[in-house]
Amino acid sequence: MAPRRRRWLKPAVFAGALVPLAAILWNAARGNLGANPIAEALNELGLTALVFLLASLAATPVREIFDWPWAVGLRRMFGLFAFFYALLHAATYALLDQGGKLSRIFADVTKRPFIFAGFAAFLILIPLAATSTAAAVRRLGFARWKRLHRLAYLAGALAVLHFLLRVKKDVTEPAIYIAILAAFLLARVVLLWRKRIASGRVRGLEQS
Amino acid sequence: MRQRPAPERGLKSRRRLLFIEPMANTVKAPPTSEITPESAYTDRRRFIKDAALFAATAAGVGGSLLWATHTWRSRPPADAATPRSPAAADGELTFSPGHFSTTEARTPFADVTTYNNFYEFGTTKRDPSRESEGLRTRPWTVAVGGEAHKPRQLDADDLRKLYPLEERIYRMRCVEAWSMVIPWIGYPLAKLLRSVEPTSNARYVAFTTLLDPKEMPGQRSHVLDWPYVEGLRLDEAMHPLTLLAVGLYGRMLPNQNGAPIRLVVPWKYGFKGIKSIVKIELTREQPRTTWNEAAADEYGFYANVNPEVDHPRWSQATERRIGELGRRPTLPFNGYAEQVASLYTGMDLRRFF
Repeated sequence: MAPRRRRWLKPAVFAGALVPLAAILWNAARGNLGANPIAEALNELGLTALVFLLASLAATPVREIFDWPWAVGLRRMFGLFAFFYALLHAATYALLDQGGKLSRIFADVTKRPFIFAGFAAFLILIPLAATSTAAAVRRLGFARWKRLHRLAYLAGALAVLHFLLRVKKDVTEPAIYIAILAAFLLARVVLLWRKRIASGRVRGLEQS
Repeated sequence: MRQRPAPERGLKSRRRLLFIEPMANTVKAPPTSEITPESAYTDRRRFIKDAALFAATAAGVGGSLLWATHTWRSRPPADAATPRSPAAADGELTFSPGHFSTTEARTPFADVTTYNNFYEFGTTKRDPSRESEGLRTRPWTVAVGGEAHKPRQLDADDLRKLYPLEERIYRMRCVEAWSMVIPWIGYPLAKLLRSVEPTSNARYVAFTTLLDPKEMPGQRSHVLDWPYVEGLRLDEAMHPLTLLAVGLYGRMLPNQNGAPIRLVVPWKYGFKGIKSIVKIELTREQPRTTWNEAAADEYGFYANVNPEVDHPRWSQATERRIGELGRRPTLPFNGYAEQVASLYTGMDLRRFF
């Protein structure tokens, strides 16, 4: 069967992806972000970035498991939105929360493990966003580009660690994200393993 | 593979439809000018279908994101301005201005009553104002005893009338590095403690919150070891700054702020201010305290506000006053050093944090 064309899909996901930002701006303008609006905006932006980062990591296992080839077509957009929201999150922290005071931000990043983890995740996303174009894939060569973009898993791990270390006591929510990330990683490993068996590259297993 | 020419291929397929197909037809065809090109109606059907799919997907993606990031939760309850006290109608209290009040701007009532840490009603700041409606504060008994010659059981309504009520406008510094200014109504804890006549063995005071998972839904999950317990050294408990609060902003305490009776210790982090108290006990030994047991390296027994001693995971040097954009420096003992620093002379405040 020829692949069905889904010309509505990408614009629809794009529009939906802007909803959290619109909601935050709308709530901020109406004074609806609660008593501590900066903390509220920080949390919402950070969580949105994390959701997009995990969505980008979901694309490959979803394609393989459910046979949804279009999922991979959304991966770049998910990754770029993860970077976009992470950038807004980091800017809100640096400019609004810390008032742009570099010495204070530096002390935070070096002294606080949870801020270090978040900062490292954000730094990793920069080269990934910068090499997200087709031209960058050509320039780097597909194999090297693919290796570089595996760093998204590291960024995802650091991002959930950032979340886990931040909460005071109730770790339910970060635990959910850790489980999701672990499931994606496991799916990748299993799929890779099966592929290798299928191509006969794992010796000694064919007989067993 | 395709059975029909793809209409979206544009000019080429349209030309085929218009000129080739009518010619191939043996039945007398209407003039070509009257035939609606197939592409026109398939395009239109497609357009409507795609538009619907676009809208549904965009709404689905956007809605899922709002759900996952709890953006729905940031909307205040419709009645944010009304105190959620069971006795809202007769909630007005009679009081006189008390000592130690700050002249700093008071945090708005709506913020004081919708931004709360009260894990008995949920772990987010919004939860207490939404989930505490079911807490019944009448009847309510507080047992005061332990190492005391005259232990007593008091009904909250009587407890409220035991001593003249005063208004104390105190700074409240949360361990999470934010702060408020709250006009509490209450009387010094020392008055109540003296009335039960502590024995010479009494060294500490232990406090306990109500345990009732039916009325306190947060207690159904084991986030903390319920019931919540807190404690003070006896000299801290007897200090004139230490307040037994029964109201704020001139009215009885809303449930989310610790109705019907709570502790306020303004030079300590907010978690020391135990809410909805049912038991006050004088003890010989230092009592166990909930947050200290949950994470001993993060929350000490003393928990005095100290900009020099950071929380292991964040700085305590500055704080955000609710309602302000920037951060302000945190003061030793939350600005009450003049009154309380002497309680701790000779103590290593890094060790006894």
